[in-house]
Amino acid sequence: MSKIIVQGKAKGVILKTTNPINFLGAVDKNTGVIHDQKYDIFKKSIKNTVLVFPHGIGSSVGAYTIYSLKSNNAAPVAMICQKADLTVASGCALANIPMIIISKDEFDSIENGKYIQIDTESEEILN
Amino acid sequence: MELTKDEQAALNGEKGEALQTAYRILLATGEATNAEKLIPIKWAHLSGVNYNTIGDSGEEFLRKLSEGTKVTVKSTVNPMGFDFDHTSEYNLDEAFIEKQRSIRDSYIKMGVEPTFSCTPYDIYDLPEKDTQVSFAESNAAIFANSLGGLRTNKESAFSALASAITGKSPYSDLRKEGNETQMTIRMKLENPNELDFGLLGFFAGKVADTSVKISGVSQPDRRSCKALCGGMGTSGTCAKFQFSDEDENSSEKVDFGKEEMNKIFDELNTSDKGDLITLGSPQLGLEELSDLSKMLKGKSFRKRCMVFCSRAVQHQARSLKYTDEIDRAGCDILSDCCTCLTPLIDPNNTDSVTTNSVKGAYYLKNSTGVDVNLKPLSKIIEDETK
Repeated sequence: MSKIIVQGKAKGVILKTTNPINFLGAVDKNTGVIHDQKYDIFKKSIKNTVLVFPHGIGSSVGAYTIYSLKSNNAAPVAMICQKADLTVASGCALANIPMIIISKDEFDSIENGKYIQIDTESEEILN
Repeated sequence: MELTKDEQAALNGEKGEALQTAYRILLATGEATNAEKLIPIKWAHLSGVNYNTIGDSGEEFLRKLSEGTKVTVKSTVNPMGFDFDHTSEYNLDEAFIEKQRSIRDSYIKMGVEPTFSCTPYDIYDLPEKDTQVSFAESNAAIFANSLGGLRTNKESAFSALASAITGKSPYSDLRKEGNETQMTIRMKLENPNELDFGLLGFFAGKVADTSVKISGVSQPDRRSCKALCGGMGTSGTCAKFQFSDEDENSSEKVDFGKEEMNKIFDELNTSDKGDLITLGSPQLGLEELSDLSKMLKGKSFRKRCMVFCSRAVQHQARSLKYTDEIDRAGCDILSDCCTCLTPLIDPNNTDSVTTNSVKGAYYLKNSTGVDVNLKPLSKIIEDETK
């Protein structure tokens, strides 16, 4: 069962991490590369991906990081989380990045590297 | 989330672009937290002031927003990158200074109080218990909920800004009665110092959801309380703690002992010495400056020691002469900025920094890009002064 936080359409390849993301501390706002080595997606870029992660953590300024990523053309095309947090929700709202929440079972079954389409207006949000 | 007719009209853009953006943000954060409505708030504390954190796009966003938008409730703001009174002693980039000036001016133009502090609770008397506020700075939100009796969620930079503009926040999570935590963390360390409390906070942030009980702690001093708030806000989503020794209602109990502490310590401490010292993240309050001046009596630092406090607190401390001993000991007392993401620490000429702040350690390592030597204040003074 999905919940829509920010509406929109997007398609791309899934980049999935099981680590909650501290956008301010762990993501390079110019390139979208994860620069905290404790992440399982260390050195990977979130640019143009459908980013799947449990939820955001840490600094409230992470919302600006999401907005900066979008302005620098380094943002994910969509974000899918298991739990909503205000930093990611508000950052996506201002940056116009579609964002949805999915259940734990759905989260567990999403496969890294797979191509996916998101349409929050459609009956089947994820395809 | 249900919106009133007025709120819906603003969301549709009938009251201008700024309000439309603000309601778009509140709708997303309301949906994210399953709020049923928006409620009035009395005070917003905004983050997103340091040019290092918000960058060119943030600067531009605020400049445009400030052209026609004013805050409608009391609003305070987080630290900037540096102290405008102390730019010449540090090697700061001219472009950085100009961008920072623009960000500062945008906030002032919107009508916020120029506090530039992560510790608004050290500057103003807190409003009455259960007052709804909207605090973005994580340590301040945790302090407000846990020690100040106020109600806020762990707001984001944009949700607090939207609240400052509209005077409203989604009614959800910690804003409501009865959202009691199910987890208790049992503090097992004897005689903990402020660093131990910072590490406990970082641990709690990792394991707890939105709130947590902490048992085995008798009322710690303000320095330790602030360290706990700072650590907790850095590592997770938890925005409230309660000291309580009754844990029979908790379905989950987790111990924080030597082993757990060492694990967090090893994650954050990456050096056994520092090229310079920073004190203050969160910024030091009056009581902490008073303590520091006593601890430094007759001593001088052997290397640069940066002491961060808000401008309001520095003024008070100067008039009470607390700063005399601190100045004499060779410290730089800096206002309007703090350890986290300050350009005053340049990774090109600094390999490592000594601090007692767990929050500072995380951002020094991950954002500034230097190694960190973590130790309690008493040990810093013992090791680094003559």
